Amino acid sequence: MPPTTTATFAPPRQRTDWWQGGIMAALLLVLTAFILYPVLRVLWISVSDDQSNFTLIHFGNFFRRPLFREALWNTLWSGALVVIFSAILALPLAYVLARYEFRGKLLLQTAATLPLVIPPFVGAVALQLILGRSGMVNLLLMDWFDISIPFMEGLTGVVIVQTLHFFPFILLNTVVSLSNIDASLEEMAQNLGCHGLRLFRRVTLPLMLPGFIAGSLLTFIRAIDDLGTPLMLNQKNLLAPQAYLRITTIGMDDVDGYVVCVVLVVLSMVTLLAARKYLSLAEYATVQRAAPVARRLQGKNLAIVWFVIALTLGISLLPHIGIVMLSFAKVWSFSLLPSSYTLGHYEEILFRVPHFVINTLIYTLLAAGLDIILGAAIAFLLLRTGVPGRNFLDAVATMPLAIPGVVLAVGYLRVFHGWDFPGLGAPLTSSWVILVIAYTMRRLPYTVRACYAALQQVHISLEESAQNLGANRLCTFIKITLPMIGGGLVAGGLIAFVTSCVELASTIMLVPRIELGPISYGIYLYMQSPLGRGAGAALGVVAILLVSLGTYLTHRVFGGRAGNAFRV
Amino acid sequence: MKPAHVRLENIAKRYGEQWVVRGVNLNIRAGDFFTFLGPSGCGKTTLLRMIAGFAIPDEGAIYLDDQEVSRMPPWQRDLGMVFQNYALWPHLTVFENIAFGLRERKIPRAEINQRVHQALEMVDLKGRESRRPSQLSGGQQQRVALARTLVIQPRVLLLDEPLSNLDAKLRVEMRLELLKLQRDLGLTTIYVTHDQEEALAMSSQIAVINRGEVIQVAPPRTIYEQPADNFVAAFVGQANLIPGKVRARMDAMLTIEVGAGNNNIVQVVDAGKNFQPGDSVQLCLRPEALELSLAGADRPTMNQIDGKIVAAAYQGASVEYEVAALGMIVKARVAHAKGQGLFQRGDAVRLAFAPEAANCLAPSNGA
Repeated sequence: MPPTTTATFAPPRQRTDWWQGGIMAALLLVLTAFILYPVLRVLWISVSDDQSNFTLIHFGNFFRRPLFREALWNTLWSGALVVIFSAILALPLAYVLARYEFRGKLLLQTAATLPLVIPPFVGAVALQLILGRSGMVNLLLMDWFDISIPFMEGLTGVVIVQTLHFFPFILLNTVVSLSNIDASLEEMAQNLGCHGLRLFRRVTLPLMLPGFIAGSLLTFIRAIDDLGTPLMLNQKNLLAPQAYLRITTIGMDDVDGYVVCVVLVVLSMVTLLAARKYLSLAEYATVQRAAPVARRLQGKNLAIVWFVIALTLGISLLPHIGIVMLSFAKVWSFSLLPSSYTLGHYEEILFRVPHFVINTLIYTLLAAGLDIILGAAIAFLLLRTGVPGRNFLDAVATMPLAIPGVVLAVGYLRVFHGWDFPGLGAPLTSSWVILVIAYTMRRLPYTVRACYAALQQVHISLEESAQNLGANRLCTFIKITLPMIGGGLVAGGLIAFVTSCVELASTIMLVPRIELGPISYGIYLYMQSPLGRGAGAALGVVAILLVSLGTYLTHRVFGGRAGNAFRV
Repeated sequence: MKPAHVRLENIAKRYGEQWVVRGVNLNIRAGDFFTFLGPSGCGKTTLLRMIAGFAIPDEGAIYLDDQEVSRMPPWQRDLGMVFQNYALWPHLTVFENIAFGLRERKIPRAEINQRVHQALEMVDLKGRESRRPSQLSGGQQQRVALARTLVIQPRVLLLDEPLSNLDAKLRVEMRLELLKLQRDLGLTTIYVTHDQEEALAMSSQIAVINRGEVIQVAPPRTIYEQPADNFVAAFVGQANLIPGKVRARMDAMLTIEVGAGNNNIVQVVDAGKNFQPGDSVQLCLRPEALELSLAGADRPTMNQIDGKIVAAAYQGASVEYEVAALGMIVKARVAHAKGQGLFQRGDAVRLAFAPEAANCLAPSNGA
């Protein structure tokens, strides 16, 4: 079966020009300084003793201490639960979305992406108002049945919040792999006498499994790397909060913090590699003919589907509803709904302390811009040149997918603290620049992928024919290549922008001073006190709006393929 | 299983407002190698999919051995289909692919083993049982697909352009292999293709389809030598279509004036179309039916047309000439032997043909 041919063309060609080598060297320098070296430094501290000799004693200690063993177990267990519950939410929706045509399908598709626009730690606060001990639901339950259910206590809360936030990743991945199954593969089975559930079990399920598993593994990585949700819910005995608390409360020299970081990185790396393996398996069933014809849903079936939609939509919108209400609430405690409303919180964050919003815009737009430049340069080197070291560059640029924000931040603090950065006159960690760098590096894999995909679509013969007609390299790039990959670059930048807007883990560790903090930092600060919750919620709404705008624009640029941006 | 016969009665199918198949009546006898031939988008694949059960006709009925199956789901029809892209399941091995249909039929394990191995032997793939489809070449994949379908001993074999993904040489080889298998098993076979050469070489019956309608159903020789209309003439092989007017008729012999008024008179045998003096007709002349000679070398034969060589393409065994004659370009293919001279561009030549080598067709509507 010939694979569907995209215009991929990595020419094993020509000598390496000096300028290509120069770009390569510059990129390697930047990526080494801000990704590889900080992580290796963290790794080294965790495996060396006072005299800089190699030792595994710290890891031995880690596994001997019940506290850490429990944190590790909690992390794995809650991550697994998040995946399972997300799958339960996502699978029926994915099947319906991929295989049926019905009224309101667009609404369902949109609803499915809504959870992604609310940062999980914001959702955590909102859900506490609804499901928490004195939240809406429990107040009602107390009123009616005199019982309360501890939804948000302990790991349960973390799992609920993360499930509601992450299930779209599984959904999107599964929809893509379902609709990538060539129609004839199912028709052939029917032709041989197979149909119904049997057909699903013998043909459809095995073919969609790789995509589904890849989505699940990605969800797992995100769940175990998530620092904000456990912090907000005060659930400290997980790996990410442990790493954070060790470093921030005990200090930069506490080796245990580094060990926890390394354990996290190893978990993420292994999961990421497994996800990639499954995704490459998924490629084998890609479409040659159109995907199976969507069947129309009517009557009773339509009603069932709409019931599922309403339920899922309702549940996944709970955080949004909660946060919006909180942002307008003047007083809201121990009551079903806020007792009075105000615009004061917005006044506070937009006029009295506007720097959170302004900082966010500055940092994230800068990071997105840098990401586009780096991503385009890397994609160019990978696809259009034969410079040695390309694979290494690719690997390093992909690494951040498996480096939790906490770990990168710890690495930065360790490497850049205490010496003046050239040209800055101060340590990098005391400047807001460190935040821009962290965001840039964290989101680089997405932009590289977007740029790579865009450039891949431009067959090299399109450039060569321009050069053949007399255009020089620069002219070819400006007139031919750039217009064709522009959309991809913008989309890549938008993804970086959107995800940076709500980046919490590295932010709370790296913000040098309060007035330099972005929105996510502001929310975290405000939420610490009951009085600040309103303003925190208002900031949360601003974050949601920014993310929605970015997501909407991404969809406009990417078209229907927006889901691809969230695959590895 | 005994090969079945298939009957289509007045089949019509539309997608939205567009009729993709209209008024199709076909009778496919048991054991026939029956080909649906037509350009892409003509509805031939839709027709095949309706027989297989993947589409339901909007009008008409499909009969398998006199049992109506128009609305029967595909998994109950017991027909074997081979898809254009083979549709091998990538998650199963060669063995599991072939055994799939047998397992659906709840056949005992031992018999499955035996029949799969027989099938593999039949398509010459012994020893590849545990490979994945992606580890096979295109030709091998094709044979696995064939084996998977044949192993269930289907009542009818349905082939949807099965050779189109193979390279030219392999295609010719597979063509012969397929034919041999079909003859050995005596299977009723319905074969969809747009390749007229393939259709002529393999079929016992051909249905030429255009725009959803069956134009002509006949054995290959009849299709080529007595095309029913301009479309068939031009689609199957090359044809020069020359407009003319019937001047006289004597028994089966028509006297026809061709070209724009310059008194070119030819005589042609009417193959049962019963044209009368005064009728407008189109003369269908195959390039290989034309003889070429230099204009000066006058031989007293009938059916001569003067022209001038516009282009010559040497093709080894033959030479293809384009000749400007009768205000149009006429193609002629002349057998070539080593040492023979070629006509050059600009040479004045004379085209000649035998009365029975031409076909007289009704002019196409509107053209």
